[in-house]
Amino acid sequence: MTIDVPTSRSDRSLPQLQPVSFIGANGQPTEVPTDGLRIPSDRTLLGLYQKMVQIRRFEAQVTHLTRQGRLATYPSAAGQEAIEVGATTALAPGDWLFPTYRDTAALLTRGVPVTEILSAFRGDWHCGFDPNEYHTSPAATPLATQTLHATGFAMAAKLKGEDACTLTFLGDGASSEGDTHEAFNFASVWQTPTVFVLANNQYAISTPLREQSNATMLADRAAGYGMPGLRVDGNDIAAVFAAVTAALERARAGEGPTLIECLTYRMESHTNSDDPTKYREAEEVEHWKQFDPIDRLEKHLRSAGVLDDERAAEITASAEELATSVRDAMNTEAKVDPSELFDYVYANPRANLVAQQAKLEAELAAAAQS
Amino acid sequence: MTVTALTTAEDVPAPAPVTMTKALNQALRDSLREDENVLVFGEDVGRLGGVFRVTEGLRKEFGPDRVWDSPLAESGIVGTAIGMAMAGMRPVVEMQFDAYAYPAFEQIVSHVAKMRNRTKGQVSLPLTIRIPYAGDIGGVEHHSDSSEAYWCSTPGLTVITPSNPADAYSLLRESIASDDPVIFMEPKSRYWMKDELSLPVQTAPTDRAQVVRVGSDVTLLAYGPTVRTALAAADDGAEHGLSIEVIDLRSLSPFDDETVSASVRKTSRAAIIHEAAQFGGYGAEVAARVTEANFTHLSAPILRITGFDVPYPSPKLEEYFLPTAERILDALESWDWEL
Repeated sequence: MTIDVPTSRSDRSLPQLQPVSFIGANGQPTEVPTDGLRIPSDRTLLGLYQKMVQIRRFEAQVTHLTRQGRLATYPSAAGQEAIEVGATTALAPGDWLFPTYRDTAALLTRGVPVTEILSAFRGDWHCGFDPNEYHTSPAATPLATQTLHATGFAMAAKLKGEDACTLTFLGDGASSEGDTHEAFNFASVWQTPTVFVLANNQYAISTPLREQSNATMLADRAAGYGMPGLRVDGNDIAAVFAAVTAALERARAGEGPTLIECLTYRMESHTNSDDPTKYREAEEVEHWKQFDPIDRLEKHLRSAGVLDDERAAEITASAEELATSVRDAMNTEAKVDPSELFDYVYANPRANLVAQQAKLEAELAAAAQS
Repeated sequence: MTVTALTTAEDVPAPAPVTMTKALNQALRDSLREDENVLVFGEDVGRLGGVFRVTEGLRKEFGPDRVWDSPLAESGIVGTAIGMAMAGMRPVVEMQFDAYAYPAFEQIVSHVAKMRNRTKGQVSLPLTIRIPYAGDIGGVEHHSDSSEAYWCSTPGLTVITPSNPADAYSLLRESIASDDPVIFMEPKSRYWMKDELSLPVQTAPTDRAQVVRVGSDVTLLAYGPTVRTALAAADDGAEHGLSIEVIDLRSLSPFDDETVSASVRKTSRAAIIHEAAQFGGYGAEVAARVTEANFTHLSAPILRITGFDVPYPSPKLEEYFLPTAERILDALESWDWEL
């Protein structure tokens, strides 16, 4: 006699070990099984290429500004553009994005103005944009916390019968946090329309993946929560876009959350505060350069006849324009209003804050007179 | 205490004994009825109606899309409630027991408290986190903590604790309606307290402390479970000719300086009573700010009668740990009344 086991909601096997990829490092099609995903059109890919070029230039400019002391810090996502651009572009305008501190490129893709994005790193306010306007949550710095916000938001959308899905980014380091486990579990139990995009860039600051997790791959975790997991080549924007598009379709059809592990590499340091030569070999960085997401798409688009020198020059020029606008914006000193310290703590004024605000204003008035 | 009916006189049932549990349950029910954005979820709040039965019958009346049992994970409960509040809902979540709220500490302190501030007021979190707290119910370890100081030292949070059924109803209704996140602390030992009451009631607003017993010699500042203890001390004190005023703080953050200062200036002496440990506790804040505002009116230093600076003890040791009326009167006697 055996125990009568109830049938589970979904019976899914583990994802394939070889990451899903359409375009190989040489720009040619791969032989990898693509798990039923559809490769985006060359026209779509050209648009994604342009965004990636712009963002790489943006990242370089911002990193430079950080070295000049214009920004307090900057966590570069250079090398990871395919994940940020590919996943975010797949969203519908009414969907909500729940980013982390490294997802500046995603915010840019979402249409958030440069000055509003960089406000946090320049140090003039925590979140410089209106989340409701861009359907984008403030970037979370405490790890993995935003995965639960994305799950809750999607649950509310589901309860209200709205079409909105949520997408949240997390890293390999964040995957060790308890909140990641709770978010995967809640999202799957509640069948929320949520897509978890796990950017596995091999390092959590300096700790390599092998010391972060003993799992063969992080996408395997999805099986334990009863949701589909997928491993894609995070440097192949065609694969990222296709996987996220399919996951969003599932979500919109009421089939619940999906975990997508995107295999990639962080080309720069964690922020300008750490020295990556202390924890990884130059050969490793060189190895990953051959999988660069922009180079391979360029090769593909040129061989497909969609991109020529003239178009490439236009794209480079548009990236330069963006870099110039970033430079101009960040070379202007941010204006901060000390009084705002007290303005947004509570919906209703509080006596102790009003008194402290008056004290600060008196100090400022006295300083202005002396 | 003044109790004002919300509805016309003919709608109001005759006063009947109402427990704090029943009052909280009715507050949730009325909030759910009034606003379809109100959601109730947490561990065992659905089918069981909560381990203290505060959510009894709500799932049946409002259905599993409005009242439901969540997976057992406090950070998950608060974290998802944040997302729901961002989407325009008004979630009311339960932490089941005080010490089991600690896994949600990061979400509460880093996100619940700060979302409005981080976004320059563009995102509010109308979220109520109910935490049954404090001891004196014979609970085993981790079931009797008083965690108010953690929440009170976090800007962005409102911290409320009722001591009686009428306030439990009114304060919870107001918390759910508030656009600010509220830590709503329910004193477990008072869940079964009954008062003659007609619901709904509206008591004083959340930011007002209440003088619950008038006296002229000393002011006792109490909240949640210790209001009863302070009132007992006042009764005992009266037998010895001591006129004790008792204030129920109700709202720990914000703190009602006005009501407290007026009382202290009248009596010139004050003591604060709480179950939580003394060191770095809420009483230290109260003593400091009341002293700063009223130093020349004080005849004696402000005292703290609290739990000892030890982890909350096992049930058989509770009676030695908790502040009692006797311990309060002993403390008051320590003042040099001839000064």
